Amino acid sequence: MFQPIRLSGMLAATLCLSAALTMAPARAQESTDPIKLTLHDWTGQLITTEIMGEVLKKAGYSVEYVQADYLAQFAGLETGDLHVAMEMWETTGRDAMDAATATGKVENFGETGMQAKEEWWYPDYMKEKCPGLPNWEALKSEACAEAFSIPETAPKGRYLGGPVTWGGFDDERVEALDLPFEVIHAGTDAALFAELESAYQRQAPILLWIYAPHWAPAKYKGEWVEFPPYSKECYTDPAVGVNPDAAYDCGKPFGPIWKVGWSGVKDKWPGAYAAIKAFNINNDEMGAMITKVDLDGKKVSEVVAEWMAANEPRWSGWIKK
Amino acid sequence: MSASFPFLQPVSEPIPENPSIATARARWLWPAALAAFVLFWQFGDGLAKWAFSYPRAFEIPAARWIGKATKWLLDEASFGLFTFTDLTRFVAQIIDLPYRVALGLLSTGLLSGQGSSAVQQVPPLSWLAVLAIVALIGHHAGGVRLAALVTACFGFLVLFGQWTSAMVTLASIVVAVPIGVVVGLLLGLAAWRWPVFERVLVPVLDLMQTIPVFAYLVPVLVFFGFGPTSAIVATLIYALPPMARVTILAMRSVPSEIRDLGNMVGCSRRQMTWKIMVPSAKDSLMVGVNQVIMLSLNMVIIASMIGAGGLGFDVLAALRRLDIGAGLEAGLAIVALAVALDRLSQAYAEKAGKPAAGIPAGNGFVSRHPYLAAALAIIVVTFIAGLAVPALQSFPEAWQVSTGTFWSEVVRWININFFDALEAIRNVILLNLLVPLKRLLADLPWAGVVALLALAGYRLGGLRLALLVGVLAFLIAATGQWEKATVTVYLCGVSVVFACLIGVPLGILAAERDRLWRWLQLVIDTLQTLPSFVYLMPVVMLFRVGDFTAMIAVVAYAVVPAIRYTVLGLHRVDPRVVEAGRAMGCTPRQILTKIKLKLALPEILLGLNQTIMFALSMLVITALVGTRDLGQEVYIALTKADTGRGIVAGLSIAFIAIIADRLISAGANRIRERVS
Repeated sequence: MFQPIRLSGMLAATLCLSAALTMAPARAQESTDPIKLTLHDWTGQLITTEIMGEVLKKAGYSVEYVQADYLAQFAGLETGDLHVAMEMWETTGRDAMDAATATGKVENFGETGMQAKEEWWYPDYMKEKCPGLPNWEALKSEACAEAFSIPETAPKGRYLGGPVTWGGFDDERVEALDLPFEVIHAGTDAALFAELESAYQRQAPILLWIYAPHWAPAKYKGEWVEFPPYSKECYTDPAVGVNPDAAYDCGKPFGPIWKVGWSGVKDKWPGAYAAIKAFNINNDEMGAMITKVDLDGKKVSEVVAEWMAANEPRWSGWIKK
Repeated sequence: MSASFPFLQPVSEPIPENPSIATARARWLWPAALAAFVLFWQFGDGLAKWAFSYPRAFEIPAARWIGKATKWLLDEASFGLFTFTDLTRFVAQIIDLPYRVALGLLSTGLLSGQGSSAVQQVPPLSWLAVLAIVALIGHHAGGVRLAALVTACFGFLVLFGQWTSAMVTLASIVVAVPIGVVVGLLLGLAAWRWPVFERVLVPVLDLMQTIPVFAYLVPVLVFFGFGPTSAIVATLIYALPPMARVTILAMRSVPSEIRDLGNMVGCSRRQMTWKIMVPSAKDSLMVGVNQVIMLSLNMVIIASMIGAGGLGFDVLAALRRLDIGAGLEAGLAIVALAVALDRLSQAYAEKAGKPAAGIPAGNGFVSRHPYLAAALAIIVVTFIAGLAVPALQSFPEAWQVSTGTFWSEVVRWININFFDALEAIRNVILLNLLVPLKRLLADLPWAGVVALLALAGYRLGGLRLALLVGVLAFLIAATGQWEKATVTVYLCGVSVVFACLIGVPLGILAAERDRLWRWLQLVIDTLQTLPSFVYLMPVVMLFRVGDFTAMIAVVAYAVVPAIRYTVLGLHRVDPRVVEAGRAMGCTPRQILTKIKLKLALPEILLGLNQTIMFALSMLVITALVGTRDLGQEVYIALTKADTGRGIVAGLSIAFIAIIADRLISAGANRIRERVS
């Protein structure tokens, strides 16, 4: 991970020299301190962050990448030790983000353009054993539950949920929709995908929480279960939805992936602030890039460089004065 | 890796008692207490509901208090001229300085400017230079063989393309270890000189070592800022206690003749400490240094989560994309670093024990400092060579090797061919042992358990121990952690039993067979330093998430002290006693069971103690595969940045550790008395 950054750092240093010659006057009033972007441990986020970093470098800013935990980073964003976090998922980071923005020290920089999707997911070969899928009502049948069961859960089916820290209300969903399933929580998403890989190799039954953009939907053939569509009321008002007595009787929300950062960025680097706000990329582009890195074994920096070369008009629009 | 010192020291002193009364009482005490406990458990539910689940209304809101206190420290605490945060930030900057230097030397080179606009003025030490210097240090410490070993270890890093990350990791170790050693030494000296300070320090050291790192990660981040500095601070908190403990021990064991000598020649207090005591305890102190190095390397993964980068980050990132081979390579790189640093520090420890060979004669710089001169020459030569031939500066990618997808394929093959067999084993153990035990423990009334623990404390170590154990156990219940604590005890308990069942027999086997012991040492060194994350994911693939997988991870780690202390204990048995036994016509079996194991029992018990400590320290990692214990509570608190919640759960783990430690140490003391 380090090599690409460092190499690109050197490369950028030379680029910056040339950029600085042309851009320096316009940025004269802005701070020359490096803007610190956080890196987490999944590929999509590394790509997003590095694209943003490269773009900022082209605009003449000094950029520094700092590794930080996805949620623990808010401590740093609040104090101004860290400046920009490029991916804060509506689905997993909302609470932490709201708590941080409430302090006034962290600001939401808007949507990245990517939409986070997460839902129950099964590999294609399970369709034979449970023919009614992807309609969620198929899961209600005993035969289907049996097909997804293991000894500890039988006769109930087993659904592998995300880490408890992700929330997701799966226990409530099972209850509300009266599904004969037991929810088991994986501790980390690495564990989640380890189980999927294992089951997929053996063509064994599995039903689990998958999110996108991610390499898994590209690598494994499968589908998302179609639950009744999500609405805000469904989560808050028991009367809404299939089950009149329970909330959470619908699917999971789709949500944007947000950019967040230290609220001092606006004053310290106004130009960079505008560029970060303008940053925009969509799911398909990102999915393709993640696949190139995780499945084809390319380096993040290579993939980012390709994207930069192919999309020059786009990103130069972000940094235009 | 070396004969590690006990994490926690026994504090209880045996209470002298009239033996005949004691044994008569002991015979009746336990059956009576157990009977009362079982009766209460079966029929007490209606009588005293509070004894089964701690009433919410009386819970101590410790989490809220701690959260508030942190907030106050962060926002308001002030020493007049500067605030508490200013102070911690100042400390952070002091640590940052040497780190920048080390990182510049090993990884980034000398930079001017900041961030990405920095321009490299001077390149870092090339791989060739570091390799040569390490070999030189190895030769200085332990001759050609050691030089070859450490060169091989660092060669592994070069060849497998781990160099850049390894140097980042090495830079933080190079900074953390000296700070840990110096601070630990000073704390230890202070404790040795002022007994009052020792009384305060020892419990603090206990907590520092037993509270899981995740619990204090958030406050550390808040106070010391995000990045490598915080990672170093967290590493220090974890790695420094053994140094302080070893210092106290070492100072005490300096022979009194040496002190008398110091007094006779009229040393001042300062001279006494630095010219007499510290030098004569040098070889013991080096053991502490070794421990600091090893524990710092244990922290690599966690440190990478908060911005240390390096090998730990590579491991995490590789496993997130399920690249088992890459994860293993990065993990083994940590092992290689650990082995090299461990052997070096051990060699220096041995050297420190021997008298110095005398200063080489000669006046010139080169003849007085041959090693230093050689190192300088290497740096200059490789610097010039690196400018001329880039491949000598940074190892070309084309020459690097990798296991590629080999390991993923191995796991895949096992998965496809043996999953059913493994699944059967898993189901038997899970359904017949783990699940019933978990239910049983969750069912017990907390008040009864607290009483039993206090009773055990009283029997083994007297009133003080009873009070300590009872209060700590009560606090776990009173802060609302009892339920999760029972899951913790169940998981650790089962794992410790398995670890001992595997470790003690292996230790007995290896103690008599030198070749086996040498191989086994390699295995346990690897188990101890290989980040558990590396093998955790393949285990998940084969056994699914859940308690069984967690148990395997804990056993793999906790088996190390069980083996090591068994071997240590058996090696320490006086050969004359064995000889006497043989002369009396004992069979080899009798010699083993009646003589050797009996004499080695205190060490084996110490090993059990360490096994428990190791098991508890793995809890946070097992939370990553979906257990529902205190470890998970700490992990959730971390991800929600909830300082109070994390520390309360962390303290509960520490309390469990301290209770187990004190009871076992007291038991070991009694056995030791009986044996002697």
